[in-house]
Amino acid sequence: MFNFKHEWIEKNVGLMLIATMIAISIGGLVEIAPLFFIKETVEKVDGVRPYTPLESRGRDIYVREGCYLCHSQMIRPFRDEALRYGHYSLAAESKYDHPFQWGSKRTGPDLARVGNKYSNDWHVQHLIDPKSMVPPSVMPRYPWLQTTALDYSDIAERLKALRQVGVPYSLTQGEYDRNVKDFGADVAATLHIPDAQKNLIAQAQSGNFDGDRSNVSEMDALVAYLQVLGTMVDFSKYDNDEFVKFR
Amino acid sequence: MAAVGVAGTEQYNFDIVRKFTIMALVWGAVGMLVGVYIASELAWPFLNFDLPYITFGRLRPVHTGAVIFGFGGSALFATSYYVVQRTCQTRLFGDGMASFTFWGWQAVIVLAALSYVMGYSQGREYAEMEWPIDLLIEVVWVTYLIVFVGTIMRRKQPHIYVANWFYLSFILATALLHTFNNLAVPVSLFTLKSYSLFAGTQDAMTQWWYGHNAVGFFLTAAFLGMMYYFVPKQAGRPIYSYRLSIVHFWALSFLYMWVGAHHLHWTALPDWTSTLAATFSIMLLLPSWGGMINGIMTLSGAWDKLRTDPIMRFMIVALSFYGMSTFEGPMMSLKDVNALSHYTDWTVGHVHSGALGWVAMISFGSLYHLIPKLWDTKMYSEKLINIHFWLATIGTLLYITAMWISGIMQGLMWRAFDDFGNLQYSFAESVAAMHPFYAMRAIGGMFFLTGMLLMVFNTYMTIRQSNSQASKLEINPAKAAA
Repeated sequence: MFNFKHEWIEKNVGLMLIATMIAISIGGLVEIAPLFFIKETVEKVDGVRPYTPLESRGRDIYVREGCYLCHSQMIRPFRDEALRYGHYSLAAESKYDHPFQWGSKRTGPDLARVGNKYSNDWHVQHLIDPKSMVPPSVMPRYPWLQTTALDYSDIAERLKALRQVGVPYSLTQGEYDRNVKDFGADVAATLHIPDAQKNLIAQAQSGNFDGDRSNVSEMDALVAYLQVLGTMVDFSKYDNDEFVKFR
Repeated sequence: MAAVGVAGTEQYNFDIVRKFTIMALVWGAVGMLVGVYIASELAWPFLNFDLPYITFGRLRPVHTGAVIFGFGGSALFATSYYVVQRTCQTRLFGDGMASFTFWGWQAVIVLAALSYVMGYSQGREYAEMEWPIDLLIEVVWVTYLIVFVGTIMRRKQPHIYVANWFYLSFILATALLHTFNNLAVPVSLFTLKSYSLFAGTQDAMTQWWYGHNAVGFFLTAAFLGMMYYFVPKQAGRPIYSYRLSIVHFWALSFLYMWVGAHHLHWTALPDWTSTLAATFSIMLLLPSWGGMINGIMTLSGAWDKLRTDPIMRFMIVALSFYGMSTFEGPMMSLKDVNALSHYTDWTVGHVHSGALGWVAMISFGSLYHLIPKLWDTKMYSEKLINIHFWLATIGTLLYITAMWISGIMQGLMWRAFDDFGNLQYSFAESVAAMHPFYAMRAIGGMFFLTGMLLMVFNTYMTIRQSNSQASKLEINPAKAAA
């Protein structure tokens, strides 16, 4: 007859290792693994695209400076958040975000839809001296972003690494054609890794994010990133409760 | 030189325990100092001084890394190496490997801190270390597992003592969490920069599975291991209920791994996941309080020690804060409460009631018990332990009270509407309202840090006194011979 005694485990470290491993593995397996297989986890929505080379470098700076420690990028489905920040965030909107930057704390406001809300000039001035734009702000000043040239020498390597983790940047003609089909020709051109450096400089020139066309600064990249946040999906194309079924 | 000769034949390897104990104190002081500094930056932003290296965003991981992995980690290495030797009545397995875990772990903390101020970060809370440091952690951790299990395997007792179950569970879980949360592709082999393997929703879920279980196993299960050895030792009584500790252990190990997604309520994570996590969070209250009761009731029949023994006071207050935080946690995992508390300072306060009140205080108590044994003397000053106790308690209370007020106020201001249905406050107004509480929090931190510095001083004097006693002992026989 099977008569289990806890004592067996207490006297056998191998048994204890196995039993503990089983006990601590189940929760993660049940909650994480299905997220990769259930299709509704990330909804299908038009407009979401990978970041351009310049935006991607801006995102690197966002991560480098630890912005996520004070700013969330995840709007919750509440009336006050809708008024303050806009439509609640969709899973699809961060599907190319390696790593995710949803954040856990709002010492400053949410940034998920900060794109196009303020002018480039506002962002530059605010990053150089936050208190000059928002007097009670406790944000550090970031003047060095404006004076530091952006290092884009390894932009191709960076995009290749992102491609390896699944972001559809293109290396081959076949991948480029697929991107044309998925995102349109204009976007596909910005995702082509062999042209990354050229595209990065061109966007910084035409966007003139830091107000200085003579060079590409870290400010250019960061502002380019901030200005695209939350702007990819055109919510006017969808019914109000279109996305409820995915929650 | 004589001491080196003796070490080989010593019954226990206490040398490694002493090393980790000293580094726990060093990292405690450093990590808490950085904590006070970044808290002050939020209250008085000029302290960022326009220097990239010391802005809040770069220093915050330095703080969390130094206190969790430096202070907490070193305290856990020290106590687990001590407890496993004493309860198995055998010498630690693999002196060289144990020594490697010491130097490897210290290198991890230093390299991580340097890389953060230089701007290298994976952008994942409490797992900001970039890939080469992650690999070093992996190697150190597997070595730790081998040393720990190896020691258990040559135990002279048939039973494995309860404290070791908790330490073992912590070592296994940390290995599991660390491995899966740090899967990333480096930009090249010659740069620290990498991109995480997962994106968006899946990445968020993996991170908070890690993030909450860093709390659950690193900061809870492991410190419960500490509790299960040092509380009965200091009280001079057996643990209250052996049966309760069995239930406590398995329920805690099983349930914790489910609760991470309560950090992602109302986000783009599917509802089913966060609801499941909330359900398990509520259930988790039971083993948590089971453990707390088991610890506190161990003192039954010896309550008078609370009046006379400051070390016992540290332990019991730690258990009380543990009980409070593990009640507050499940409450905050309820979706309606979370809608208010999430993104606010309430979360920060909750973490610190656990980190300062529970983790740090149980460590202080255990280390004060351990230090005289390691250096074969008495603590230099009992009075300083008592002052440390009060500074730590007052500091913790100031900290969490400030964060409760600011957190709930923030949450309420963000969702306040005026009579016309417009938002009543701008975000900037909510920031301005936080100032007094950010100042109060920084002051609470200063209290706690001062206590920590007293402990460093007290320990330094204790070791000095031990050394002079030892040299006297060596001199005396010589004199006698002369």
